Amino acid sequence: MRLLTHNMLSSNIKGVTNGFPLLIEAVKVVEKEVDFNEDFLKNMFVKVEWKALVEASRTLGYTELPESAEASMLDSDEFLRKFHHALLELHLEDGALVCPETGRKFPVSKGIPNMLLHEDEV
Amino acid sequence: MWYLCVFFHRLLEYRKSEFESLAGLFEGRGGATALEWRLPEDHHPDSPFHFVNLPSDELAVSIASRSILVKGIYELWGEGGSFEELEESIKSYPDDRKLPYISPGSTFKITVESFGKAISSEEQKDRMHKLEFISFKGRVNLKNPDHRFCLMANNDYGSNNGLPSAVQMRMFFGRELGGADRKILQTYELKSRKYLGPTAMDAEIAFLMANHAQVKPGKLVYDPFVGTGSILVAASHFGAMTMGADIDIRVVRDGRGPECNVWSNFKQYGLPMPISLLRADNNLPPWRSGLKEIFDAIICDPPYGVRAGGRKSGGRKLLKGVIGPYTVPDDKRTDHIPSTAPYSLVECVHDLLDLGAKMLVMGGRLVYFYPILRDEGSGEPTFPEHPCFEMIATCEQILSYRYSRVLVTMVKVAPYTEDIESAARAQHLEFRENHNKWMEDGNLHSAVFSPVDDVNVNGSGEKFSSKPKYRGKYV
Repeated sequence: MRLLTHNMLSSNIKGVTNGFPLLIEAVKVVEKEVDFNEDFLKNMFVKVEWKALVEASRTLGYTELPESAEASMLDSDEFLRKFHHALLELHLEDGALVCPETGRKFPVSKGIPNMLLHEDEV
Repeated sequence: MWYLCVFFHRLLEYRKSEFESLAGLFEGRGGATALEWRLPEDHHPDSPFHFVNLPSDELAVSIASRSILVKGIYELWGEGGSFEELEESIKSYPDDRKLPYISPGSTFKITVESFGKAISSEEQKDRMHKLEFISFKGRVNLKNPDHRFCLMANNDYGSNNGLPSAVQMRMFFGRELGGADRKILQTYELKSRKYLGPTAMDAEIAFLMANHAQVKPGKLVYDPFVGTGSILVAASHFGAMTMGADIDIRVVRDGRGPECNVWSNFKQYGLPMPISLLRADNNLPPWRSGLKEIFDAIICDPPYGVRAGGRKSGGRKLLKGVIGPYTVPDDKRTDHIPSTAPYSLVECVHDLLDLGAKMLVMGGRLVYFYPILRDEGSGEPTFPEHPCFEMIATCEQILSYRYSRVLVTMVKVAPYTEDIESAARAQHLEFRENHNKWMEDGNLHSAVFSPVDDVNVNGSGEKFSSKPKYRGKYV
């Protein structure tokens, strides 16, 4: 599961007011190379919640992302590469995503998060 | 300028909409693109030959080479109902348009083709030689010519194979600008796909869906019913980043083993892996509330309950209503597999439209298959609507005597607001009430599979008059 995905997900259990961002319990982290696409990164930059991305990347062991970011930084190739790496190349193979309010764990296995709610969470 | 567009004679309803979607893609325009089309004299709309008005050669080539159904697009040098007429027509075509392509030092090749009637190679050579009046100064190169020409004939084939006969034969001669690269169909054919499921999308149709969705490099494409990933493979081939979700975790995560799963399907073709695959319920999606307008296209084949039924979260609580909430004991929670409830097609499509309305960028396309029963009798089938979307095209593919699936292409034209949500809900309920008696839960399945006698036949017995007889699954 990549951090781009993590940035889109929240715990939508009934009764939870803010299930974003999910905390990450990392058991196995892998780095996988992805082709660099500048247009895609620039489009995604606008959609991403930056703080959540920085937090998540630190949990996975990557500390290069700046605390805050603005659009002007997209002109720097160095920044784009770091952004690319954190967003697309860090991969949570096994672990869990934890709801910040209830502590409920959404398992991640073989890189696939299981976001299905149980019968009483619906 | 008018070009002669010759389509492959298959998937007839998909041809023009694919062409127009690609025109919009290459011109960089969102929304619907309506091109000017004209039929040659006396031709039937199902004929492969059409004239289309395009602003440039470049656009014509781009569209044709990316398409699946354009056999060739030509600069027309002449046409006629007989060879004499054709010769006259070619002679009167301006020299300054012809000379650059028949000059000495260039190479060329002429192909002779006949639609509706086979001609022997003798006959082909004969016709080719009749073109000697066009003084070709270049050399012939059959393997890799600079310029390609085609002499085509559309014949009077009688009414034997069902196509209405052209009143008379018509011949066309043109310089070829480009055509579809159908070799990719062989590369991606399902026969050699590593991981297949029962409803994996046929490669040709998957590419058509990607073309209708105007997929291109750098775009993000989402499939909420990803299954084995057959639709995403097509989108990935055209350069998009892909994402998929499915409620069945076995299909998405496990496949049939470490060498036979969704990932291996992409590895097989050297395509970039999907950015993410997740297990999610489209009825209760896991997106954070602030997330919107992130997908450039949503392309999918929702479960319609005929060969694969849809499921959503909820299980017994929703099914029976009276039973109290089913609470999972804490010690069983980690491995608990939530039960799921049946998911009707109408609700599924409503959720899909809702997803698209929130998550598609403005001008982004929603492309999906919708089943229809062929004996609806009264007039045109109706499709679900949504205030955020404008309908671009509906392309029917007849699957059996009794039902078809229609590829629906919609474009997002209005941003999502709370008002829109209530208007959409109202539209959905109205649609469900008035148009979908057959589609609810089990009914589509039984309508398709029950013996003919059980199906509701109106008195006259005349049911399927709307489409001509030669229409089948691939035409």
